[in-house]
Amino acid sequence: MNKKAVVVLSTVLLLVGGVLTGCGSSSATKKSSHTAALVTDGGGIDDKSFNQSAWEGLTKWGKSHNLTKGVNGYNYAQSNSNADFTPNINKLIKAKYKTIFGIGYKLDNAISEAAKDNPKVNFAIIDSVVKNRKNVASVTFKTEQSSFLAGVAAAETTKTNKVGFVGGVKSSLIQTFQSGFEQGVKAVNPNIKVDVKYAGSFSKADVGQSLATAMYNNGEDVIYHASGATGAGVFTAAKNASKSGNKVWVIGVDQDQKADGKYSGGNVTLASSVKEVGTAVQDLSNDAMKNKFPGGKTISYDLKNNGVSLVNDNMSKSAWKAVQSYQKKIENGSIKVSAE
Amino acid sequence: MGTTMILMTVFSTTLIYAAPLIFTAIGGAFSEHSGIINVGLEGIMIVGAFSATVFNLAFVSVFGSATPWLSLLVGGVVGIVFTLLHAVATITLRANHIISGTVLNLLAPALCVFLTRIFYHGNGQTPIIDQSIGNFTFPWLTKIPLLGAILFTKTSLVAYLAVIVGGASWYLLYKTNIGLRLRSVGENPAAADTLGINVNWYRYLGVLISGLLGGIGGAVMSQSITLNFSVSTISGQGFMSLAAMIFGKWHPMGATGAAIFFGLAQSLPIVSGYIPGLKNINDVWFQIAPYVITIVVLVIFLGKAVAPAADGVNYIKSEK
Repeated sequence: MNKKAVVVLSTVLLLVGGVLTGCGSSSATKKSSHTAALVTDGGGIDDKSFNQSAWEGLTKWGKSHNLTKGVNGYNYAQSNSNADFTPNINKLIKAKYKTIFGIGYKLDNAISEAAKDNPKVNFAIIDSVVKNRKNVASVTFKTEQSSFLAGVAAAETTKTNKVGFVGGVKSSLIQTFQSGFEQGVKAVNPNIKVDVKYAGSFSKADVGQSLATAMYNNGEDVIYHASGATGAGVFTAAKNASKSGNKVWVIGVDQDQKADGKYSGGNVTLASSVKEVGTAVQDLSNDAMKNKFPGGKTISYDLKNNGVSLVNDNMSKSAWKAVQSYQKKIENGSIKVSAE
Repeated sequence: MGTTMILMTVFSTTLIYAAPLIFTAIGGAFSEHSGIINVGLEGIMIVGAFSATVFNLAFVSVFGSATPWLSLLVGGVVGIVFTLLHAVATITLRANHIISGTVLNLLAPALCVFLTRIFYHGNGQTPIIDQSIGNFTFPWLTKIPLLGAILFTKTSLVAYLAVIVGGASWYLLYKTNIGLRLRSVGENPAAADTLGINVNWYRYLGVLISGLLGGIGGAVMSQSITLNFSVSTISGQGFMSLAAMIFGKWHPMGATGAAIFFGLAQSLPIVSGYIPGLKNINDVWFQIAPYVITIVVLVIFLGKAVAPAADGVNYIKSEK
């Protein structure tokens, strides 16, 4: 009996300890007239992708105005599933945040509904367009432009004239990455073959590794991935191929993925197609502060205003030069990149 | 791709997917043969993947290229410690096996992400490991004509290891005294008890072996596929292992075969994209193929799968 009691007690203590330490602390300062918060779309604020970028932007904005994390400054609500969107938004509305961001296209309906019921609150949606709401600013990124440059980088680097694209889930958003990439490759050399594959998931690294292994075995030597955590498997396949003497490359997505490409014998990240969600969040928060919130409008971020870009990780000088010259052509409008 | 390259790719991508499942499914078989249902395999894999990554990051400067292999062992040992929770709850405290297993599944991701944040400056995922388990080319066997290129070139050594573990487990369970006793407490604990077999001891053994192998399975995932740990490192592999175990009729070799079959079902659609004539088929068919193939094989080729008779039944001495 005694033994059991000890076991039960220690198990309970372990569990309670885990729960309690999980609770954060909140701070209270004087009420600021400008507050902002964001709702994530499924990942946490440290997903090494756009939720993290958005949160970093909001944090930067808050700190630059001497705000603290909490109801009087800036905050976030993490969604663990699609069912959390509306409760999270309502929670933030009740806490009287002035500006509320929905990070990711999945939130567009939830934001649209909330905006209808709360006309005095500013809402913003990332990666989607909410129509007919005067208090919603829609933010889109011309990722086809950065993907075009990724295509140029791949075409300038490939030695086999075969390159690959691994997408997460087929959707109009990921489609912009694919089509931009294909256009970029064709612009440099129309004879290069682009092999397009979708994993059907953003979180299956094993499927990503299998897809990429098949591509590299097929002689493709540069792969551009737009597949979230599935991309971890693409990097692994590239490292395995490179280690056994077949030097291949990966082009990363959303943020600089140079660190993801590092292995004991070198690095497989050629470049990264970056999307500055943080800049957008920061800009809109500042606009709201100045009472110039662009409600009802669609703001588009592209190469020109540094909303999207291609970061050079391990490109050759000539490839980087080519990328820069195409970047200028896109910026001055002499090349138009289609999103479809 | 030439025919040899296609077959080689099918084989190596099959093993990528199968290796973590084989270890974990065999582990599940041990637990269930001893009479304890273990639905906590997913949680055990998470803990294994996490601890292996932490060990790799911390000790890579000491052990060099041997680090990922040692990390597998560390994942297994931590898996044992974690599974102790399940063993104590179900065997000593006679809790419901499904509930206790679910606790493991709920506890593991929260605990590991929480610890990741503490260890790695508040980040939700660990850095990438430098030393990982990569492709392996067998030194002598590649010279075998045709088969050498397909089976033994740039392939997964861990998967071969997993198949060996499967064979060893079959021997242990069906050909040794320990195995016979372990299975007897899962079939009829009261009869085993009257013959002087310590039921609880053998049940602990079965559950802890599942912790060892489940932990290794998770570690294989992080050491050879994702190369870091995050909340999505283990996304359903534990449940697939459970399915592989049942698919393989609770037999270690059956579970191994089932895991390889699941891998093949994943791999064929991927590689068929490179076979002339199949290129223009819509992606959707490739994505549903693994599930369709599995259902078809399950319905047509496999008879009824029967679990050990006392699987999931707590043994209370005084009642018999």
